[in-house]
Amino acid sequence: MSRLEPLIFELSSPGRTGYSLPELDVPAQDLAVLLPGAELREQAPELPEVSEVDVVRHFTRLSQLNHGVDIDFYPLGSCTMKYNPKINEEMANLPGFAHVHPLVPEEGAQGVLRLMYEMQEYLAEIGGMDQITLEPAAGAHGEFAGLAVIRAYLRSIGQGHRNKVIVPDSAHGTNPATAAMNGCVTVEVKSDDRGGVDLEALKAALDDHTCAIMLTNPNTLGLADENIHIIAKMVHEAGGLLYYDGANANGTLGWTRAGDMGFDVIHFNLHKTFSTPHGGGGPGSGPIGVKKRLVPFLPVPTVEFDGSRYYLDYDRPQSIGKLRSFYGNVGVVVKAYTYIREMGAAGLKLVTEDAVLNANYLMAELKKYYLLPFDRYCKHEFVLSGNWQKQRSGVRTLDISKRTLDFGMHPPTNYFPLIVDEAMMIEPTETESKETMDRYIAIMKEIDREATEEPDKVKSAPHTTPVGRLDETAANRRPNLCYLREEE
Amino acid sequence: MAAIGVSAIEQLFADIPEATRLGRDLDLPAPMAESELRSYIGGLAAQNWNANDYTCYLGGGVYDHHIPSVVGTILSRGEFYTAYTPYQPEVSQGTLQAIYEYQTMIAALTGMDVANASMYDGSSATAEAILLAMATNRREHVVFSRGVGHDTREVCRTYASDRGVQFSEAPLTADGTTDLEKLAELTTDETTCVIAQYPNFFGVVEPLAEMAKIAHDKGALFVVNANPMALGLLKPPGEYGADVVVGDGQPFGMAMGYGGPHFGYFACLEKFQRRMAGRLSGMTKDCRDQRAFVLTLATREQHIRREKATSNICTNSALCALGGAVYMSLLGKHGVKKVAELCVQKAHYAQAKIAALPGWEPAFSGTFLHEFCFKAPVEPEVLQKALVAKKILGPLDVGQFYPEHKGVVMFAVTEKRTKAEIDALVDALEEVSK
Repeated sequence: MSRLEPLIFELSSPGRTGYSLPELDVPAQDLAVLLPGAELREQAPELPEVSEVDVVRHFTRLSQLNHGVDIDFYPLGSCTMKYNPKINEEMANLPGFAHVHPLVPEEGAQGVLRLMYEMQEYLAEIGGMDQITLEPAAGAHGEFAGLAVIRAYLRSIGQGHRNKVIVPDSAHGTNPATAAMNGCVTVEVKSDDRGGVDLEALKAALDDHTCAIMLTNPNTLGLADENIHIIAKMVHEAGGLLYYDGANANGTLGWTRAGDMGFDVIHFNLHKTFSTPHGGGGPGSGPIGVKKRLVPFLPVPTVEFDGSRYYLDYDRPQSIGKLRSFYGNVGVVVKAYTYIREMGAAGLKLVTEDAVLNANYLMAELKKYYLLPFDRYCKHEFVLSGNWQKQRSGVRTLDISKRTLDFGMHPPTNYFPLIVDEAMMIEPTETESKETMDRYIAIMKEIDREATEEPDKVKSAPHTTPVGRLDETAANRRPNLCYLREEE
Repeated sequence: MAAIGVSAIEQLFADIPEATRLGRDLDLPAPMAESELRSYIGGLAAQNWNANDYTCYLGGGVYDHHIPSVVGTILSRGEFYTAYTPYQPEVSQGTLQAIYEYQTMIAALTGMDVANASMYDGSSATAEAILLAMATNRREHVVFSRGVGHDTREVCRTYASDRGVQFSEAPLTADGTTDLEKLAELTTDETTCVIAQYPNFFGVVEPLAEMAKIAHDKGALFVVNANPMALGLLKPPGEYGADVVVGDGQPFGMAMGYGGPHFGYFACLEKFQRRMAGRLSGMTKDCRDQRAFVLTLATREQHIRREKATSNICTNSALCALGGAVYMSLLGKHGVKKVAELCVQKAHYAQAKIAALPGWEPAFSGTFLHEFCFKAPVEPEVLQKALVAKKILGPLDVGQFYPEHKGVVMFAVTEKRTKAEIDALVDALEEVSK
């Protein structure tokens, strides 16, 4: 029997309803009288007609086709799929946060404004920055904001011509995409044989058009750059600024801070480092922090405190402007705030220690079976290569990952970073026990054995998931993005 | 640690240069247990005026609509909310199919061909529409109606600030609709797109057909930012010739949440789909010949195309969009109309009663849906204060965003408001303005 679920449109039956709406309690009037000149829909939108129980069962069954952190291990590198504490959800759902209108007078929002202000303070302390804004809705949104702030600052000191953004070849795809959105050109620098930024290449890339360098540290290989202070000095001397992509901040908490490394701007991914859930692709939250000279350029509004009341500050004449409606994904901020208050300073430092310890344990065990291109202690994640298996029997990283699904675990990030052949980027996070990691190690050992002895079993995996491998080529060639349209 | 070959945790951090180490504890408050968190954070929450304790007439983009219980039930399933972006489709069919259904529903609602998997919010979706228009016709001039909300216009300016884009704004006439003559003057052969809001910020229904014609006559795209609730009742922008329809999904099952998270929706004509930003879930087959869903057209996206991507967007608002899909499923093809009708009836009842009060003069004469403006006989701030004392939130002080409308206030009336609540509001207004 197929475990798949029909589309909700296929469950539709004319006249069935799933809503509970109040009766009209004011005198009904003719819509034509109330809405003169407005044209009404001639045809109702083709939404499904289903009952409440139909809806509940449909989406519950769909949920059962998903893998999530609540089900099992999810070592997706650079995504920090740590456990999401349930108290976070409870706090964010309190009516005093969830049901507050964003344009309520400030007097009626003192509690949430205080929480936001304190969160700004905590993140500034954690990142070593002078001021934070919570406005960006996700990491990439933060990158856009951060680079816009840098460009605005450079314009203010007569350096508006600087439009080159340097990114290492190990960078997240959002970095070069952000540079393009900010009207900049990307200059790529290669990594050295220790996995860090190649200083000679960096030197060659720096010139009087350098706007900024965007770095992740630890980088996407999971390695701390041993020359970060030298890089900072070089970029600053060339008149550029340093942008810290906080996707990997889980490898730094309490040990080192972007601000102390010499970075001028940081974005945090609250949905990675600070335990808020990913929601199948959002909502996230990507606050940015900046050093003092960039503070005037932060987006409006910031949350301020005058000693007696908290308020939204729009009076920022040099600001880059607004990034989105209102003040950020406040619901996500509440969850991350709850997490920080639960952990405290010692707890956050322990987060990083355990995340790093877990990653090094997994790395030490897995390098027995898989090629480890950069063999040094890692931070919170590390990158393996499937090249041994590929050479031995043609089993590729994609196959290894698909086979992992058969064992009920989620595979690592595949084919990233781009500088490692057949890359598998593995991030266990601090919330996984040794037992869970040992299960994963046993699975990876078994897949390595299969790759030699039964390669076809791996190449045709997964076998036990609701669906098998998908025809992505057909999906791209003739995209079907909308059901009803295809039925016509 | 024995397996790794270290004796102290510090050894794992030896690669962090000495000069960049923190060397002290972070200065953060002491940790709290769950019971303490509940009481402390609960205390912060209790300070905020929320729509359970107050009757809310605030609008301006976020509304106090009813949220069906089922929405929260589904969104609190760990299989949905603790999953990542569906990069491994074999174990993500739940998210992928739900998003495909969501895309279909948004396309049906807006009268467009296709929709993406969501954006951050309605404002950022509007900004992405400008980027699509610029990539399509290689022009760099945007014409807004001033009826497009201030925050949306500001966000668009921020997004385009480093791209050298020029902006113009067509004013409103006395009825609250866009001045079509001015709009036609401002729209030129250099204009990449014309942007309208539907209904506009002041609640007034815009003449979309005329606006679309003005845009298309000059080869510009026509972008409409629409309230999804309104589209249950009003003719959808797609039928007026819109090229891109965007908006904020908050009215469809999202808590107001002090402004977020919500979801932005983005729909367009098929001919633009390869320029669309964001994730797309597409239907395909698996190797067992079963129907299945997968992220598609990824060659538009940052993780493949890097600096040549259509946008840098990665994480969006997937879980909120799922909530929107649940909401639209519950309401169905007739429920969305019914909600809109309830809002319209109640809003017009309230508006007529307020208009009958001495000193209260409607600010615009145009057709409105569920939000309406008045020139208030008292200072908006004084008015708000007096109403808060009666556990009423609103109306919105429009003058804080539109200096040309100083003294104008705006009421939003949703299906949640009862006749008794509206009558109490009118009594309170009468008392305050005496």
